[in-house]
Amino acid sequence: MSTEAPAIAADGLVRRYGERAALDGVTLKLEAGRTLVVFGPNGAGKSTLLRVLATLLRPTAGTASVLGHDVRREGWAVRGRIGFLGHAPLLYGDLSARENLAYHARLHGLHGAAAAERVGQLLAAVGLERRADDRVHAYSRGMVQRLAVCRAVLHDPDVLLLDEPRANLDPRAAEQVEPLIGRSSGRTRVVTSHDPAGGLAEGDLALGLRAGRQELLAPAASITAEQVGELYR
Amino acid sequence: MTPAPPPSTGAAARAVLVKELRLERRAPQTLVAMALFAATSYVVFHFALRRDTVAGDLASGVLWVTLTLAALLGIGRLFVADRDEGGLEGFLLAPVDRTALLFAKAGALLAFLAALEVVAVPLFAVLLLGPTPSAGTWLQLLAVFALADLGIAVVGTLVAAIAVQTRARDLITTILALPLLLPVVIAAARASAPLLAAGGAHALTGRWPAVLALYDLVFGLLAYALFDFLVED
Repeated sequence: MSTEAPAIAADGLVRRYGERAALDGVTLKLEAGRTLVVFGPNGAGKSTLLRVLATLLRPTAGTASVLGHDVRREGWAVRGRIGFLGHAPLLYGDLSARENLAYHARLHGLHGAAAAERVGQLLAAVGLERRADDRVHAYSRGMVQRLAVCRAVLHDPDVLLLDEPRANLDPRAAEQVEPLIGRSSGRTRVVTSHDPAGGLAEGDLALGLRAGRQELLAPAASITAEQVGELYR
Repeated sequence: MTPAPPPSTGAAARAVLVKELRLERRAPQTLVAMALFAATSYVVFHFALRRDTVAGDLASGVLWVTLTLAALLGIGRLFVADRDEGGLEGFLLAPVDRTALLFAKAGALLAFLAALEVVAVPLFAVLLLGPTPSAGTWLQLLAVFALADLGIAVVGTLVAAIAVQTRARDLITTILALPLLLPVVIAAARASAPLLAAGGAHALTGRWPAVLALYDLVFGLLAYALFDFLVED
């Protein structure tokens, strides 16, 4: 059994929007390099969990930590070490792909030749190098998603928080982003999914949420797609 | 890849400011709206006042009411791209001091106000102003513009950061900005009036520029202290 601090931990985590609890008492631990896959119907609290871990939302009660840093008190220490990919790509449509990535690179302390090289590598990795200087407004949704993946991993984060990361991606594009955000990236990952079989194959630990409550937490190998499917009934 | 150290506040502010100016250059919206409003107002004043020229208190009032209302348009649009395209979250995910955003946004608004005045003030002089100010008078007016613009930029950024998180953004901008900017308008108008007097400019008195400088200082410190709380959850 590992004695290291978990990469991600939550204890009685609650997040309310007014009277409504979007997360209600989530408790979990995830070791470094492992993948937590989060299942649940729309409105179950999956995105809220990711946003709390990303320090975009403060917990209403309970605690959460990323790489040993409390997200409420030490958000500054968490931010440079996470890559967040939500439903919105967080890209400016009137800037080109290269300009968008260069901007985010500067915000993460990368600049000059090192930043340009990193941006070029990532654009090539997702097959966008020939459209790198086009404005993002002119991109298809799949291209925007590939660029958003580049943004999320630009600073080589230790932890990835991925909200349905393969949405809008065709099979070839999904293959292209795999080394960046997939299991082979070697990073600690929290991934939301609506695909029970695919999600269980991708994860080490499965969390099931319904109406903010934790209904399931088990090693992914020990549960079946049918058990996950129960969350949606 | 070795993790890069987080950028300094200055470097982060520069990155955001460059991005703001690039977005405005790519898709000019804010400046065009501000300049068009100011030009239309001066034409309306020209006919509505039923006189060819104005001077002194009246000239100063017309000048500053128009510039302040034009500034409201810029304030209302200051965070629009960030809200619509998720840029604010992109910034909040970076390991940077939040006040970098305050400096950058206030800097951008200051640049828009300066650009507006480059267009609107000569137009005011041609369409409405009776006395032709000397070079020395223009220099003194420039000092008044600089002090007033700084106050408008700081308060405008604070108001815009509050308003962008509400659904009634335009209403909140107007409701908050107009009372807060009233001291700037009064002080700037009182400071400018003797410089625009009929029959030759009178000397700029120290009282009203001092009021503007004090306003800038107080609201600058207030903005510095509050901005973190305004942009974070």
